[in-house]
Amino acid sequence: MVVRRRPQRGHRYTESPVLELALQGWRSRTVGLLLMAALLALIIRAFYLQVINNDFLQEKGDSRYRRDIEVSASRGKIVDRHGDMLAVSTPMQSIWAIPADARTMTAEQKRQLAGLLEMGVRELDGKIAADKTFVYVRRQVSPETGARIAALKLPGIHQEKEYRRFYPTADMTAHIVGFTGVDDKGLEGVELAFQQSLLGRPGNRTVIRDRRGNIIEDVGAMRPPQDGKDIRLALDSKIQYLAYSQLKATVDTYKAKAGGVIVVDTRNGEILALVNWPTYNPNNRQNLSGAPLRNRAITDTFEPGSVMKPFIAALALEQGKVTVNTPINTAPGRMTIGSATISDPRPHGLLTVAEVIQKSSNIGTAKIALGFTPKEMWELFDKLGFGQAPNLGFPGEVNGRLRPWKTWRPIEQATMSYGHGIAVSLIQLARAYTVFANDGELMPLSLLSVDETPVHGGRVFSPQTVRESRLMLEMAVQPGGTAPRARVAGYRVGGKTGTAHKIEGGVYAHKYIASFVGIAPISDPRLVIAVMIDEPSTGVHYGGDVAGPAFSRIAAGALRTLGVPLDAPLQMAAVGTGKEPL
Amino acid sequence: MLRFNMTLLLVLVVCALALVTSQHRARKLFQELEREQERARQLDVEYGQLQLEMSTWATHPRIEKIARERLRMVQPDVAGRPIVAVAQPAGGR
Repeated sequence: MVVRRRPQRGHRYTESPVLELALQGWRSRTVGLLLMAALLALIIRAFYLQVINNDFLQEKGDSRYRRDIEVSASRGKIVDRHGDMLAVSTPMQSIWAIPADARTMTAEQKRQLAGLLEMGVRELDGKIAADKTFVYVRRQVSPETGARIAALKLPGIHQEKEYRRFYPTADMTAHIVGFTGVDDKGLEGVELAFQQSLLGRPGNRTVIRDRRGNIIEDVGAMRPPQDGKDIRLALDSKIQYLAYSQLKATVDTYKAKAGGVIVVDTRNGEILALVNWPTYNPNNRQNLSGAPLRNRAITDTFEPGSVMKPFIAALALEQGKVTVNTPINTAPGRMTIGSATISDPRPHGLLTVAEVIQKSSNIGTAKIALGFTPKEMWELFDKLGFGQAPNLGFPGEVNGRLRPWKTWRPIEQATMSYGHGIAVSLIQLARAYTVFANDGELMPLSLLSVDETPVHGGRVFSPQTVRESRLMLEMAVQPGGTAPRARVAGYRVGGKTGTAHKIEGGVYAHKYIASFVGIAPISDPRLVIAVMIDEPSTGVHYGGDVAGPAFSRIAAGALRTLGVPLDAPLQMAAVGTGKEPL
Repeated sequence: MLRFNMTLLLVLVVCALALVTSQHRARKLFQELEREQERARQLDVEYGQLQLEMSTWATHPRIEKIARERLRMVQPDVAGRPIVAVAQPAGGR
């Protein structure tokens, strides 16, 4: 046993008995080669995964736990000058389905879902029968209903947060505020005009989610959501309500087709109220079309009639052609210019310039107007803003119609002086009257509240002319004037009536537009109120009878709301019937 | 040398465990933050809804209706209005 002699030491490699076995050399080389090949394959694979395919795999990995989520932003609110809500967004749930999955619902589940959505099972079946991968089952259900549907854990039924717009003041402010479509896009009014600032910009963030769907970490950059800006209008919802309820009452009383009221603050041109009739409820627009949608005060023009007369008289005063006491012979109440004859509804005889305005004589005004060149008169109208859109940023503003003076014939110059042959919108009229309510400057109007006071505009008349014109306007609401019913207890007011025939198919029809544009109080004007009633059809159609009383009640309420000090004794015969709004 | 290596290994293991724990705690806290933020959003939404509800209750037509019908309020008679001569602040309500 030679081998056993040194068992602890082991034997040296070269002495290993295994080596003495003679193996063919190719076998070990083959194994070595195979191992090398396997190693090479692993290296190539690793290179392929780590370098060439890295992005793809990284993405696959991320998609297991990383999520990009959108953070929604809400649309800005619209509020009135006191901060009262006019339009506000609140989140609702939209229920959508993957039809293929949703069809696996049991009949019982379908019944439950249909019940919660207040729809028939058949209607629900119809929606999920669609051959699509995404279908809305019902949009904008209340968050409570959404939570109850989520609790049912129905297959293929999902939810999504959406904002819905609410208008608490509903039809009262419908035209000025407008409304949005289902996807938060402004479609009318301020909602459309200020779409860019109202719109919120949704943010997004990248997060890591765990198995249960909880967010456990923010990774990467996040973009915070930007909520839309709130819009503060100049509107005073109390005055708006006053104007709305009076307009509605007046339209009802005189069975008129339509109407509009605009109240403007003369110190800075803020629009305190703007209402139209007919109107609509912006919260429920299912069968809405045509007439009620029109914002007539801004988008419709009409021949204004006699409300234009004070401007003509004021221009004559301004040029020194007449004084308020210059007599003008309006007898016999008819006048022929060229081949056309114009007339007064009732002949007046000899009137002063002030009385021409007070009694609204067409002949008197035409005689004054024919003393101007067409260019002078056109420039007057142009400076007053007729023929130019009021630039409120409102959708659908119109320019009105004022033809270039070179095409005027004398008869047209005469009729234009009392408001025929020229078309204006109610808002243009209200704006033009601001010249009488301050020192003779045309005030730019504003939908938004204006911080600075006073605002200045382009000068049209001198302060002296304006003072005299205001007294003429005041005479019109006094006994002997055309609008004694426009008076307001406790305040001196002034204004001018308009009763214009409507044109239908190019000829004047026996349909009227009654209007009244007034200023209150006369001693220190604060408000211009324009009232227009389209087609009063109870037999009464004079501006002083139809629009005058509405002006009186709106002015009384608005002046009191604004806390304007009285400038006349209260002892006037009470127009109040207990019907004015509180 | 070996002892030194063992110490380093121990430190490494302790560090690794600390990292795991703090990461876990960070996630827990983050979840809590997330929950609170969600609650803040919820409250914000609720605030909006309440504001909406308030302005719906406070619409002028409703106030006038209640004043006239339920409370039987009337506009004071013109003759019965005493006029107090003070310089009133302009505007406001």
